[in-house]
Amino acid sequence: MLVITALIVVRLENLFTVAMVTGIYSLLSAVFFTLLDAVDVAFTEAAVGAGISTVLMLGTLSLVGHQQKKRKTVQWFPLTIVTITGLLLMYGTLDIPPFGEGGNPIHGHATTVHYLEESSHETGMPNVVTSVLASYRGYDTMGETTVIFTAMVGVLLLMSGRKRKPSKDVEGDPSGR
Amino acid sequence: MEDNVILRVATKILTPYILLFALYVQFHGDYGPGGGFQAGVIFAAGFVLYTLIYGLETARRVLPLKFAALCGALGVLIYAGVGIATMMKGGEFLNYNYLDSHNAEHGQHLGILLVELGVLTTVFGVMVVIFYSFAGRRDIQS
Repeated sequence: MLVITALIVVRLENLFTVAMVTGIYSLLSAVFFTLLDAVDVAFTEAAVGAGISTVLMLGTLSLVGHQQKKRKTVQWFPLTIVTITGLLLMYGTLDIPPFGEGGNPIHGHATTVHYLEESSHETGMPNVVTSVLASYRGYDTMGETTVIFTAMVGVLLLMSGRKRKPSKDVEGDPSGR
Repeated sequence: MEDNVILRVATKILTPYILLFALYVQFHGDYGPGGGFQAGVIFAAGFVLYTLIYGLETARRVLPLKFAALCGALGVLIYAGVGIATMMKGGEFLNYNYLDSHNAEHGQHLGILLVELGVLTTVFGVMVVIFYSFAGRRDIQS
Protein backbone atom coordinates (compact mmCIF):
# COMPACT_ATOMS: atom_id res chain seq x y z
CA MET A 1 0.00 0.00 0.00
CA LEU A 2 2.72 2.44 0.99
CA VAL A 3 4.62 1.72 -2.21
CA ILE A 4 1.52 2.26 -4.34
CA THR A 5 0.80 5.58 -2.62
CA ALA A 6 4.40 6.69 -3.08
CA LEU A 7 4.23 5.86 -6.79
CA ILE A 8 1.00 7.85 -7.11
CA VAL A 9 2.75 10.84 -5.48
CA VAL A 10 5.55 10.61 -8.03
CA ARG A 11 3.20 10.29 -11.01
CA LEU A 12 0.75 13.07 -10.13
CA GLU A 13 1.31 16.52 -11.55
CA ASN A 14 -1.29 18.53 -9.65
CA LEU A 15 0.52 19.51 -6.47
CA PHE A 16 -2.73 19.98 -4.55
CA THR A 17 -3.52 16.30 -5.07
CA VAL A 18 0.07 15.42 -4.20
CA ALA A 19 -0.29 17.14 -0.82
CA MET A 20 -3.48 15.18 -0.14
CA VAL A 21 -1.95 11.86 -1.17
CA THR A 22 1.09 12.59 1.01
CA GLY A 23 -1.32 12.98 3.90
CA ILE A 24 -2.83 9.61 3.06
CA TYR A 25 0.68 8.16 2.94
CA SER A 26 1.33 9.44 6.46
CA LEU A 27 -1.95 8.01 7.70
CA LEU A 28 -1.08 4.63 6.17
CA SER A 29 2.31 4.65 7.86
CA ALA A 30 0.56 5.49 11.12
CA VAL A 31 -1.55 2.35 10.66
CA PHE A 32 1.63 0.46 9.90
CA PHE A 33 3.25 1.72 13.13
CA THR A 34 0.16 0.68 15.09
CA LEU A 35 0.46 -2.82 13.64
CA LEU A 36 4.07 -2.85 14.87
CA ASP A 37 2.83 -1.90 18.38
CA ALA A 38 4.54 1.48 18.23
CA VAL A 39 1.45 3.41 19.27
CA ASP A 40 3.26 6.55 20.37
CA VAL A 41 5.05 6.85 17.06
CA ALA A 42 1.82 6.19 15.19
CA PHE A 43 0.13 8.93 17.19
CA THR A 44 2.82 11.42 16.29
CA GLU A 45 2.81 10.39 12.65
CA ALA A 46 -0.95 10.79 12.38
CA ALA A 47 -0.95 14.20 14.09
CA VAL A 48 2.14 15.71 12.49
CA GLY A 49 2.42 13.88 9.18
CA ALA A 50 -1.22 13.67 8.23
CA GLY A 51 -2.44 16.76 10.03
CA ILE A 52 -0.10 19.70 10.45
CA SER A 53 2.30 19.10 7.57
CA THR A 54 -0.54 18.63 5.09
CA VAL A 55 -1.97 21.98 6.17
CA LEU A 56 1.48 23.59 5.91
CA MET A 57 1.90 22.16 2.43
CA LEU A 58 -1.47 23.53 1.39
CA GLY A 59 -0.48 26.90 2.82
CA THR A 60 2.69 26.83 0.76
CA LEU A 61 0.76 25.79 -2.34
CA SER A 62 -1.55 28.77 -1.98
CA LEU A 63 1.58 30.90 -2.27
CA VAL A 64 3.39 29.17 -5.11
CA GLY A 65 0.53 27.84 -7.24
CA HIS A 66 -0.54 24.24 -7.55
CA GLN A 67 0.61 23.08 -10.96
CA GLN A 68 3.94 21.39 -11.45
CA LYS A 69 6.13 22.49 -14.33
CA LYS A 70 5.95 20.07 -17.22
CA ARG A 71 9.08 18.10 -17.69
CA LYS A 72 9.39 15.75 -20.61
CA THR A 73 12.88 14.36 -20.46
CA VAL A 74 13.79 11.73 -17.89
CA GLN A 75 16.62 12.93 -15.67
CA TRP A 76 18.90 9.95 -15.64
CA PHE A 77 21.55 11.17 -13.21
CA PRO A 78 19.22 11.75 -10.19
CA LEU A 79 17.33 8.55 -11.03
CA THR A 80 20.55 6.52 -10.92
CA ILE A 81 21.60 8.04 -7.60
CA VAL A 82 18.18 7.40 -6.05
CA THR A 83 18.14 3.81 -7.29
CA ILE A 84 21.65 3.10 -6.01
CA THR A 85 20.87 4.63 -2.60
CA GLY A 86 17.66 2.62 -2.38
CA LEU A 87 19.43 -0.61 -3.24
CA LEU A 88 22.17 0.12 -0.69
CA LEU A 89 19.54 0.76 2.01
CA MET A 90 17.82 -2.51 1.14
CA TYR A 91 21.19 -4.26 1.30
CA GLY A 92 21.68 -2.69 4.73
CA THR A 93 18.41 -4.15 6.02
CA LEU A 94 19.72 -7.66 5.32
CA ASP A 95 21.96 -7.28 8.37
CA ILE A 96 19.09 -6.38 10.69
CA PRO A 97 17.94 -9.36 12.77
CA PRO A 98 14.47 -10.70 11.85
CA PHE A 99 11.57 -8.71 13.29
CA GLY A 100 9.97 -9.92 16.50
CA GLU A 101 12.38 -12.75 17.17
CA GLY A 102 12.93 -13.38 20.88
CA GLY A 103 16.66 -13.93 20.60
CA ASN A 104 17.39 -10.55 19.04
CA PRO A 105 20.18 -8.69 20.84
CA ILE A 106 17.92 -5.73 21.70
CA HIS A 107 15.60 -7.84 23.85
CA GLY A 108 18.33 -9.24 26.05
CA HIS A 109 20.36 -6.06 26.44
CA ALA A 110 20.92 -4.93 30.02
CA THR A 111 19.46 -1.46 29.34
CA THR A 112 16.23 -2.87 27.89
CA VAL A 113 15.79 -5.24 30.81
CA HIS A 114 16.48 -2.44 33.27
CA TYR A 115 13.94 -0.10 31.64
CA LEU A 116 11.22 -2.72 31.45
CA GLU A 117 11.64 -4.13 34.94
CA GLU A 118 12.72 -1.15 37.03
CA SER A 119 10.85 1.68 35.33
CA SER A 120 7.57 1.23 37.18
CA HIS A 121 9.04 1.57 40.65
CA GLU A 122 11.88 3.92 39.77
CA THR A 123 9.62 6.50 38.16
CA GLY A 124 6.12 5.29 39.04
CA MET A 125 5.06 5.50 35.38
CA PRO A 126 3.03 2.65 33.92
CA ASN A 127 3.94 3.77 30.39
CA VAL A 128 7.57 2.89 29.82
CA VAL A 129 7.73 5.02 26.68
CA THR A 130 6.97 8.13 28.72
CA SER A 131 9.42 7.28 31.48
CA VAL A 132 12.21 6.59 28.98
CA LEU A 133 11.46 9.74 27.01
CA ALA A 134 11.06 12.15 29.87
CA SER A 135 13.20 10.68 32.62
CA TYR A 136 15.89 8.24 31.49
CA ARG A 137 16.46 10.11 28.25
CA GLY A 138 15.59 13.56 29.55
CA TYR A 139 18.62 15.16 27.93
CA ASP A 140 17.58 13.89 24.50
CA THR A 141 14.05 15.21 24.86
CA MET A 142 15.39 18.56 25.97
CA GLY A 143 17.58 18.61 22.88
CA GLU A 144 14.57 17.84 20.72
CA THR A 145 12.58 20.62 22.32
CA THR A 146 15.43 22.99 21.62
CA VAL A 147 15.53 21.82 18.00
CA ILE A 148 11.82 22.62 17.63
CA PHE A 149 12.41 25.99 19.25
CA THR A 150 15.23 26.63 16.78
CA ALA A 151 12.86 25.79 13.94
CA MET A 152 10.52 28.49 15.20
CA VAL A 153 13.31 31.04 15.37
CA GLY A 154 14.37 30.15 11.85
CA VAL A 155 10.86 30.44 10.44
CA LEU A 156 10.29 33.74 12.23
CA LEU A 157 13.54 35.17 10.88
CA LEU A 158 12.88 34.01 7.34
CA MET A 159 9.16 34.47 6.88
CA SER A 160 7.79 37.18 9.13
CA GLY A 161 9.56 39.99 7.39
CA ARG A 162 8.25 43.43 6.81
CA LYS A 163 6.78 44.27 3.45
CA ARG A 164 9.35 43.77 0.78
CA LYS A 165 10.34 47.06 -0.75
CA PRO A 166 9.09 47.19 -4.31
CA SER A 167 12.12 46.92 -6.53
CA LYS A 168 12.43 46.60 -10.29
CA ASP A 169 13.55 43.02 -9.91
CA VAL A 170 10.33 41.87 -8.27
CA GLU A 171 8.03 43.86 -10.54
CA GLY A 172 9.61 42.52 -13.70
CA ASP A 173 9.32 38.88 -12.68
CA PRO A 174 5.92 37.88 -11.29
CA SER A 175 7.18 34.44 -10.24
CA GLY A 176 10.16 35.84 -8.37
CA ARG A 177 8.62 35.57 -4.95
CA MET B 1 -14.21 29.16 3.45
CA GLU B 2 -15.21 32.00 5.73
CA ASP B 3 -18.80 32.19 4.47
CA ASN B 4 -19.73 28.56 4.82
CA VAL B 5 -22.24 28.28 7.66
CA ILE B 6 -21.88 24.53 8.16
CA LEU B 7 -18.11 24.76 8.47
CA ARG B 8 -18.30 27.72 10.81
CA VAL B 9 -20.75 26.07 13.18
CA ALA B 10 -18.99 22.70 13.06
CA THR B 11 -15.68 24.36 13.85
CA LYS B 12 -17.20 26.24 16.72
CA ILE B 13 -18.47 22.97 18.20
CA LEU B 14 -15.35 20.94 17.44
CA THR B 15 -12.58 23.29 18.58
CA PRO B 16 -13.15 22.99 22.35
CA TYR B 17 -13.21 19.21 22.08
CA ILE B 18 -9.97 19.17 20.10
CA LEU B 19 -8.31 21.29 22.78
CA LEU B 20 -9.77 19.08 25.50
CA PHE B 21 -8.53 15.97 23.73
CA ALA B 22 -5.07 17.51 23.54
CA LEU B 23 -5.10 18.01 27.31
CA TYR B 24 -6.29 14.42 27.75
CA VAL B 25 -3.40 13.20 25.61
CA GLN B 26 -1.06 15.36 27.67
CA PHE B 27 -2.10 14.15 31.10
CA HIS B 28 -2.86 10.59 30.11
CA GLY B 29 0.61 10.24 28.63
CA ASP B 30 1.77 8.61 31.86
CA TYR B 31 -0.62 5.72 31.35
CA GLY B 32 -1.22 5.37 27.63
CA PRO B 33 0.22 6.53 24.35
CA GLY B 34 0.73 10.26 24.08
CA GLY B 35 2.67 12.97 25.79
CA GLY B 36 3.81 16.52 25.41
CA PHE B 37 4.71 16.44 21.75
CA GLN B 38 1.51 14.85 20.49
CA ALA B 39 -0.61 16.99 22.78
CA GLY B 40 1.12 20.15 21.58
CA VAL B 41 0.51 19.24 17.96
CA ILE B 42 -3.16 18.48 18.58
CA PHE B 43 -3.61 21.69 20.58
CA ALA B 44 -2.06 23.62 17.70
CA ALA B 45 -4.25 21.72 15.23
CA GLY B 46 -7.30 23.07 17.03
CA PHE B 47 -6.10 26.61 16.39
CA VAL B 48 -5.11 25.75 12.82
CA LEU B 49 -8.66 24.57 12.13
CA TYR B 50 -10.02 27.75 13.70
CA THR B 51 -7.70 29.87 11.56
CA LEU B 52 -8.65 28.04 8.37
CA ILE B 53 -12.35 28.67 8.89
CA TYR B 54 -12.45 32.06 10.60
CA GLY B 55 -9.48 33.67 8.94
CA LEU B 56 -6.09 34.75 10.17
CA GLU B 57 -7.24 38.11 11.49
CA THR B 58 -9.78 36.61 13.89
CA ALA B 59 -7.38 33.91 15.02
CA ARG B 60 -4.69 36.45 15.71
CA ARG B 61 -7.07 38.32 17.94
CA VAL B 62 -7.64 35.14 19.95
CA LEU B 63 -4.01 34.09 19.97
CA PRO B 64 -1.50 36.77 18.94
CA LEU B 65 1.66 35.71 17.15
CA LYS B 66 3.73 37.26 19.91
CA PHE B 67 2.05 35.09 22.52
CA ALA B 68 2.61 31.93 20.48
CA ALA B 69 6.27 32.81 20.04
CA LEU B 70 6.48 33.47 23.77
CA CYS B 71 5.02 29.99 24.39
CA GLY B 72 7.65 28.50 22.12
CA ALA B 73 10.43 30.04 24.17
CA LEU B 74 8.74 29.49 27.53
CA GLY B 75 8.54 25.71 27.05
CA VAL B 76 12.29 25.35 26.64
CA LEU B 77 12.71 27.58 29.68
CA ILE B 78 10.40 25.36 31.76
CA TYR B 79 12.31 22.26 30.67
CA ALA B 80 15.71 23.73 31.45
CA GLY B 81 14.30 25.30 34.60
CA VAL B 82 13.39 21.86 35.94
CA GLY B 83 16.97 20.83 35.27
CA ILE B 84 18.28 23.85 37.17
CA ALA B 85 15.83 23.18 40.02
CA THR B 86 17.13 19.64 40.43
CA MET B 87 20.66 21.02 40.53
CA MET B 88 19.60 23.50 43.22
CA LYS B 89 18.22 20.62 45.25
CA GLY B 90 21.56 18.90 45.13
CA GLY B 91 21.15 16.41 42.31
CA GLU B 92 22.38 16.19 38.76
CA PHE B 93 20.82 18.15 35.91
CA LEU B 94 17.35 16.70 35.24
CA ASN B 95 17.57 14.09 38.00
CA TYR B 96 13.96 14.34 39.18
CA ASN B 97 14.58 12.17 42.22
CA TYR B 98 15.69 15.27 44.09
CA LEU B 99 12.56 17.32 43.36
CA ASP B 100 10.78 15.74 46.31
CA SER B 101 13.13 15.37 49.25
CA HIS B 102 11.08 12.62 50.92
CA ASN B 103 9.92 10.41 48.09
CA ALA B 104 11.97 9.93 44.93
CA GLU B 105 9.02 8.51 43.04
CA HIS B 106 6.93 11.61 43.68
CA GLY B 107 9.85 13.68 42.48
CA GLN B 108 9.91 11.68 39.27
CA HIS B 109 6.17 12.23 38.82
CA LEU B 110 6.49 15.96 39.31
CA GLY B 111 9.55 16.19 37.08
CA ILE B 112 7.99 14.28 34.21
CA LEU B 113 4.78 16.31 34.51
CA LEU B 114 6.65 19.63 34.36
CA VAL B 115 8.95 18.52 31.58
CA GLU B 116 6.04 17.30 29.46
CA LEU B 117 4.34 20.62 30.12
CA GLY B 118 7.42 22.34 28.74
CA VAL B 119 7.37 20.17 25.63
CA LEU B 120 3.65 20.88 25.16
CA THR B 121 4.14 24.63 25.43
CA THR B 122 7.04 24.71 23.01
CA VAL B 123 5.49 22.43 20.41
CA PHE B 124 2.18 24.27 20.55
CA GLY B 125 3.81 27.68 20.22
CA VAL B 126 6.13 26.62 17.44
CA MET B 127 3.43 24.93 15.36
CA VAL B 128 1.15 27.95 15.62
CA VAL B 129 3.98 30.36 14.77
CA ILE B 130 5.00 28.33 11.72
CA PHE B 131 1.41 28.08 10.54
CA TYR B 132 0.77 31.80 11.07
CA SER B 133 3.94 32.66 9.17
CA PHE B 134 2.94 30.52 6.19
CA ALA B 135 -0.67 31.66 6.21
CA GLY B 136 0.20 35.32 6.67
CA ARG B 137 2.77 35.36 3.92
CA ARG B 138 0.26 36.26 1.23
CA ASP B 139 -0.99 39.33 3.11
CA ILE B 140 2.55 40.59 3.43
CA GLN B 141 3.23 40.21 -0.25
CA SER B 142 0.06 41.69 -1.65
